[in-house]
Amino acid sequence: MTALALIHARFQITEIFRIPIAVVGSAFWPAASMLAFVVPFVGDEPVYATYATASMITFAVMNTNLFQYGIGVSEDRAQPWDPYVRTLPAGTAPRFAGRILTGLLMMAVSLIPVALIAALFTEASVTPVAFLLAVAVCAVISIPFILMGLSIGYALPSKAALVVAQILFLPLAFGGGLMTPPGGAPGFVENLAPYLPTGGAVRLMWAAVGDFPFDTGSMLALVAWTTLFGALAIWSYRRDEGRRFG
Amino acid sequence: MIHARAESVTRRFGATIALDHVDFEVRRGEMVGLLGPNGAGKSTLVGLLTGSRRPTSGRVELCGGDPRDPASRRTLGVTPQETGLPASLRVGEVVDFVRAHFPDPLPRDELLDRFGLSDLIRRQTGGLSGGQRRRLAVALAFAGRPEIVFLDEPTTGLDVEARRALWESIREFHAGGGTVVLTSHYLEEIEALASRVVVLAQGRVLADDSVAAVRGLVGIRRISLTSAVPLTDFDFDGLVSVERAGDRVHLLTPDADRMVRTLVSHDVPFCDLEVRPTSLEEAFLAMTGKDAQ
Repeated sequence: MTALALIHARFQITEIFRIPIAVVGSAFWPAASMLAFVVPFVGDEPVYATYATASMITFAVMNTNLFQYGIGVSEDRAQPWDPYVRTLPAGTAPRFAGRILTGLLMMAVSLIPVALIAALFTEASVTPVAFLLAVAVCAVISIPFILMGLSIGYALPSKAALVVAQILFLPLAFGGGLMTPPGGAPGFVENLAPYLPTGGAVRLMWAAVGDFPFDTGSMLALVAWTTLFGALAIWSYRRDEGRRFG
Repeated sequence: MIHARAESVTRRFGATIALDHVDFEVRRGEMVGLLGPNGAGKSTLVGLLTGSRRPTSGRVELCGGDPRDPASRRTLGVTPQETGLPASLRVGEVVDFVRAHFPDPLPRDELLDRFGLSDLIRRQTGGLSGGQRRRLAVALAFAGRPEIVFLDEPTTGLDVEARRALWESIREFHAGGGTVVLTSHYLEEIEALASRVVVLAQGRVLADDSVAAVRGLVGIRRISLTSAVPLTDFDFDGLVSVERAGDRVHLLTPDADRMVRTLVSHDVPFCDLEVRPTSLEEAFLAMTGKDAQ
């Protein structure tokens, strides 16, 4: 079962890496945002640069997962290869696990440049323990966004998935306080942010890399979102039958 | 013993009914053709029997179980649509991926050799010709040493030699006890392999019979001629439909020879006589159009 998951993952990864521009594309956007917004404005301030890097990493986690799964899955479903794979004698688990492994690798590809830019071109700094903690937090906060992407990908046709992912990602980023330093967002955002999935995720990141207080209410909201997206993803996966006609 | 079965199966897509109370049975070791024009419901029926779709109502069964249960699909082989092969992956990689799903797959080289793909092992599927892709698609159906295969137009678009070779390996599989379901919208393709044909049209089973009987049903010819006389005044036996475009009249009939003799014996004045086979689509259109009158 796990061997089959690895085979599915390798198949998908090979497919992605044969078109290198797709890999470059997903790594480019978070790295460019770092260079355009974080390095020139808060690069000299150790505390702000660290928080801003944490925000940018959260942004990249949301961004890659929402698009990778939301659009990737829904485009895959439109290909005639997908219904064929469904006739192979494997359950849904290896396919799903393979997709998650592929997504984690793609996420790492987009996060590493962000971390490198922060280390080389800003005053941002973390202790080794905090760094490891941040890596663990990254894995944890990717779960709700993976599930959110999967819900979109399995529920919607690819054109609709693209629109929904694009409509969602900016309000989620801004509303969750990813664009502003901790406590620096407009009042209504400050009130709302802890209870959005992005807000919960970035608060956990801030707490991992700085002195930001751990917020129990916000964490409970994040767990609730994760459960909700999990249920949605399973529901839409089960009702999906690939293309409707054919 | 029944190898695959659909019992009073209905499948809707929103307001469209793709399959309407269809009954279909394949016995173990049988070779059956599933014939129908595009949109008849062939691929929907195959999708239900191979576990990629769920019926709206009715029951489907594969190897004695629910096709949606992976265990029922361990001895199943299906051809992917050859346009859907992952373009950036190599032939060998696609074959290995499919083989990895089965407990006792055919060795890769043996499979590639059998379908004449050995030289293409390092080629990306996106760079293959249509015929090579078709052969790869059929090869994938046999990768897991199946007991039952569903082949979708396995030889359409192949050159004569490749077609013969493919027919030979399908016959070999069948001779060894394998069950084969061939879908096609060419009777000729089914005729070469199967003796039983199930005809689907507009989501219903129109016929379940021998190739000869089905040929009589769908082997409609188009007789075109120019005549000043309105041919509709005659009572022709076996006339399926008449179309008139200016001076030109098109008569659709299963027996062109008899129709031409009738025209001659009635002293119908005509010139520029032409007799052509019709496509399955035309034949079905004519038949269902006649039913509606």
